[in-house]
Amino acid sequence: MIQQVPDAKGRYGDFGGRFVPETLMNALIELEQAYLHYSADEDFNAELNDLLKQYSGRETPLYHAKRLTEHFGGAKIYLKREDLNHTGAHKINNALGQGLLAVRMGKKKVIAETGAGQHGVATATVAALLGLECKVFMGEEDMHRQQLNVFRMKMLGAEVVPVISGTKTLKDAGNEALRYWVSNVQDTFYILGSAVGPHPYPLMVRNFQRVIGDETRRQILESEGRLPNTIVAAVGGGSNAIGMFYPFVHDHDVKLVGVEAAGKGIDTPLHAATMTLGTKGVFQGSMSYLLQDEYGQVQPAHSISAGLDYPGVGPEHSYLKDTKRAEYQPITDEEALDALKLLCRTEGIIPALESAHALAQAGKIAPTLGSDQLLVVCLSGRGDKDVESIMAYENKGGDAE
Amino acid sequence: MTIQQNLIGRIALNPTAEGGLSAGASQTNAIEETFRRIGEQGGTALIPFLTVGDPDIETTLEIIEQLEAAGADVLELGVPYSDPLADGPVIQRASARALQQLISVRTCLEVAQQARERGVKMPFVLFTYYNPVLQTGLDTFFDEAAAHGISGLIIPDLPHEESADVLERADRANLALIPLVAPTSSERIEKILRNGRGFVYCVSSLGVTGERASFHEGVDAFIRDVRSRTNLPVAVGFGISSREQVERFAQSCDGVVVGSAIVRKIESLIPNLMNADQREDALLQIRKFVAELKV
Repeated sequence: MIQQVPDAKGRYGDFGGRFVPETLMNALIELEQAYLHYSADEDFNAELNDLLKQYSGRETPLYHAKRLTEHFGGAKIYLKREDLNHTGAHKINNALGQGLLAVRMGKKKVIAETGAGQHGVATATVAALLGLECKVFMGEEDMHRQQLNVFRMKMLGAEVVPVISGTKTLKDAGNEALRYWVSNVQDTFYILGSAVGPHPYPLMVRNFQRVIGDETRRQILESEGRLPNTIVAAVGGGSNAIGMFYPFVHDHDVKLVGVEAAGKGIDTPLHAATMTLGTKGVFQGSMSYLLQDEYGQVQPAHSISAGLDYPGVGPEHSYLKDTKRAEYQPITDEEALDALKLLCRTEGIIPALESAHALAQAGKIAPTLGSDQLLVVCLSGRGDKDVESIMAYENKGGDAE
Repeated sequence: MTIQQNLIGRIALNPTAEGGLSAGASQTNAIEETFRRIGEQGGTALIPFLTVGDPDIETTLEIIEQLEAAGADVLELGVPYSDPLADGPVIQRASARALQQLISVRTCLEVAQQARERGVKMPFVLFTYYNPVLQTGLDTFFDEAAAHGISGLIIPDLPHEESADVLERADRANLALIPLVAPTSSERIEKILRNGRGFVYCVSSLGVTGERASFHEGVDAFIRDVRSRTNLPVAVGFGISSREQVERFAQSCDGVVVGSAIVRKIESLIPNLMNADQREDALLQIRKFVAELKV
């Protein structure tokens, strides 16, 4: 049974909560109060909706991918084109929301963590737009993988802070952003990019991203007169997926499928299959599924996609998994690359590596469904940023990223 | 056989060990006893921190003996963790070194017990992030912690609101769950201190652990505020690294925690500690460094 989540303590069943140093507790409580206040404020919502429309270019199309549908044979496939947002991915939805909130709260400085660089670019963009000082924490390894995005952020006036601790990827960028926030909590707003972290972040990010699902619902009703049978979205921390799923959670006939990164395979140590292989634990401020060893040490994740290369997952996804409202499936690096190339050639769309994981899973599901079935894939971002790492991967025969 | 295997084997054979759950909050706790004794003498408790297993278990045990000889009153045993959110670079590096030795929370408990067997008397406070505690299993963790001579616990990512399950078990096992208060806690202080035991840990400044030249501007008013709301001993930590700073806080506090400065000292001496000819001297240097912090 799906309850209204989260509860007052930020809990989604067993998951979520607030596991942070005491120094941050009052800041999180203030943030929660400010968010609850402004999310019900007409002016705030009018300004956000105006920016989403005039600045980001929403609504994004729900595109019927005819040639992809023919190729897979089976369900009719629609792509929710979040890749067409200004800055190239869904991350802008949330960055705009939190950026406006930062301004309302009187903060002049924002920080963010980033993996693939999409959230960093979105935050740098919003900071430029709103006149805020911006620092983006990014793992050194990801800075190599995503050099274009590093340069974009700098062009937009942000400082990119290399993170050299731990695995030098998204998880450590998140740790470093939280450490910086502890030191600068009085004048700094942390624009967290995924539906993870301590309460109220998972709630706030989900609600700023639910525009994806709300639009999809309206658009599919317009074009088909009925709801989709299946919705597929990629899950790293899970913000595009939760934004897509949430408006459909109570439509029990709509099957929700989250897709996580299996890296080199779930039978190898090199994966990011948190839902398939993880166990419950506390990580980066909340209780959720987690890749960890028996002593509670967090295990490094692996994926060709920097945005899915994360050992944790948002608490609401863990709740949807445990209540069986959504299912979560792993897709390997190879499968994702094949799906990426397929979309390029059938539809002339270069998807992000993250989104390619969702496409690969759609390719497994679609042929099992009748042609009267509707399948929506969240195309969470575009692949321009990944072209270099795909080239490197191919040149090295699939051994590197 | 490694310590880790040894511990698991022993626990499997004798799951309740010697402590069990018979203790209770009404019993006196070794930390509270220590503060009372030092308070009667008009002194200030010196509370050093080290990361267990940095650079290896035997060296940690020998350093613990040196710390006691140098005048340490209570010892914080840091459990290495993969994602130490509240820690600065010095303790992050120590954690990483210890994790290379596969030090787990269970190893740390075993080290505490071995230190006791070598005659170390000062109370031990285990400093650990919440996830290792959770994955051990709360009941198992508290049984074992009490059985291995741990008197208190600091869990830096477990705020008051999430602490009910831990607090209940800590009380039953007569372990003090040390409450942390920060300069940003303001009206939360009252609530945090309500169930506090052992001592109150005042975080000196905003930020993670690590040495610093200056403290939060309101730190003295903050400490006075905390003191006015509790009968527990008050200790201060985060960033205290010199005798001068210890003396500064000894005026207003019952105890002073020194972490990163000691861990950095150990780090700088690792090559010497690993060299049979220089080891003795390196241990003495650590002892001397800590003895100078004792006021």
